[in-house]
Amino acid sequence: MMGPSVPFYLAISGCLFGIGALGVLLRRSPLIVLLSLEIMLNGSNLALVTFSRHFGTVDGQVFAISVMAVAAAEVCVGLGLIVAIARKKLTLDVDLFSELRG
Amino acid sequence: MIASVGNVLVWMVWVGAATACLASGIAVVTLTNPFFSALGLIGNLSSLAVLYLLASAEFVAAAQVLVYAGAVMVMFLFVIAYLGGRADAPWAGGSKLFRIAAVVTGGALLAETLVALLWKSSRLSHSAAVGPTFGSPAEIGRSFLTDHLLAFEVTSIVLLVAAIGGVVLGIQPSPEEETTA
Repeated sequence: MMGPSVPFYLAISGCLFGIGALGVLLRRSPLIVLLSLEIMLNGSNLALVTFSRHFGTVDGQVFAISVMAVAAAEVCVGLGLIVAIARKKLTLDVDLFSELRG
Repeated sequence: MIASVGNVLVWMVWVGAATACLASGIAVVTLTNPFFSALGLIGNLSSLAVLYLLASAEFVAAAQVLVYAGAVMVMFLFVIAYLGGRADAPWAGGSKLFRIAAVVTGGALLAETLVALLWKSSRLSHSAAVGPTFGSPAEIGRSFLTDHLLAFEVTSIVLLVAAIGGVVLGIQPSPEEETTA
């Protein structure tokens, strides 16, 4: 493998996951929460691709593509929810969405 | 000699892409205008595609740019444009205690992930040799249609269900339903 070895890629992957997790925990706008979720998914995707390269099998890349499809599905539903909430004239703030609370 | 020059070049591209990746990730999380956050995520996804290319995952890199940085982000930008000023996401709000707890939790998660990934990482210093067709669309397609056929089919069902869900969420409620709600 030319250039950096596997641990360098893994460090970037871990940092991306942590940045995304901080975004999900700290921000209150559902749009930014969704964007941060995408960063977390991509951090895990990078680890999958790296290990796929390390072991010389394409299984990890197949898994990464499946993760991409699931992320697209999640964005589809998430953005639909955000638009539905905005149409009801509610404030876009995840802390205020408590209607489902038992 | 030629190999070492190539190595230095790969290192330079890798460092550039990794820096861009982390910087744009931090920008996504910190900026208050969601439009700029979405643009930051496009930069993040593109620089990740460069990292995928360096890890000889050509097809995943192409899919990343086409599907993610293309289609998904266009959908994001449409929704942000539709919401207009209401989409702005100031940092205000939330109790101080909650925010400190969130930072501690995020930091602990980050440290845990790094330790788990890098613990005894010297075992990972020698990667397997791969041929020139590694990560090509043909190889990935063959893997999808033989070993991972079930995952392939289930993914299609997941996408169908999500599309139906998006349509259901987007249905405009009729006026009489609106008044009873």
